[in-house]
Amino acid sequence: MTLWVAVACGIMLTIGAVCAFVRAERGPSMLDRVVAVDVVVASVLATVALVSAWTGRVDLVPVLVVLALVGFIGSVTVARFAAADSDDDRRILSREEARELERARREAELAEAEERRSGSGGSSATVGREQQEGGS
Amino acid sequence: MIAEGSILDTVLHVLAAVLFLAGSFLAMVAGLGIARFPDLLARMHAATKPQVLGLGMLLTGLALEIRTGVVIWTLVLVLLFQLITAPVSAHMVGRAGYRTGRVRDDLLVVDELTDDLAAVRRTEHVTDIDDADDAMVQALADTEKRGSDA
Repeated sequence: MTLWVAVACGIMLTIGAVCAFVRAERGPSMLDRVVAVDVVVASVLATVALVSAWTGRVDLVPVLVVLALVGFIGSVTVARFAAADSDDDRRILSREEARELERARREAELAEAEERRSGSGGSSATVGREQQEGGS
Repeated sequence: MIAEGSILDTVLHVLAAVLFLAGSFLAMVAGLGIARFPDLLARMHAATKPQVLGLGMLLTGLALEIRTGVVIWTLVLVLLFQLITAPVSAHMVGRAGYRTGRVRDDLLVVDELTDDLAAVRRTEHVTDIDDADDAMVQALADTEKRGSDA
């Protein structure tokens, strides 16, 4: 194998893997990502084969066996546990939205604790909770 | 054993280079397809290219470069594993994609599963998609049974 063949193969494999990574980052669903990761694994398999052919290293061949065996476990696992969720739930939250959600959750907890205190008359638990709230 | 520098040796090297280029090209095409295609099924279609055909080409090329019995049989094993596992994962991803609504039905030309599930829902009055699936399997088995009885 001449040098330019190896370089051309390497460039094409890199383009393919980078495009697959772009899709894995963009999503939009876990299944899209897992299909993209499958393509990345296939590119890695191809790269190992290329390196093995270029350097003549035979010890890389078992790596191919292991990758071919293990590569599909990820997609099968994700597909098994894929859940139908709405577009809004599927989205990855921005930092502000996550903070807002966390604040709403804390307020709800506080309100619940308040209700419990006014209901049963216990006061020590709520003091501890308020201290935690101030500390964080 | 093929002598180093003989015509056959050169031919095999060139053949291996061509196979490597073709396999790498398929991997690149798959990456572009994954990035550009509009929905899950189309992306899965693109993803199978380097997984089966591209890998087959690359492994054939590698076998032509390293002409050792052990290596060639190991590569056959690799291709065999890939041929067994790729359909399994594709089947599960496609099924999960259909059930979680990741398939865009405006892009489908033929969609028999939706029609069949709707037909079963109408006749069996089931609302859950899993129950509809089971009912469809049952209905198919009944039809076959009737066919064999007649």
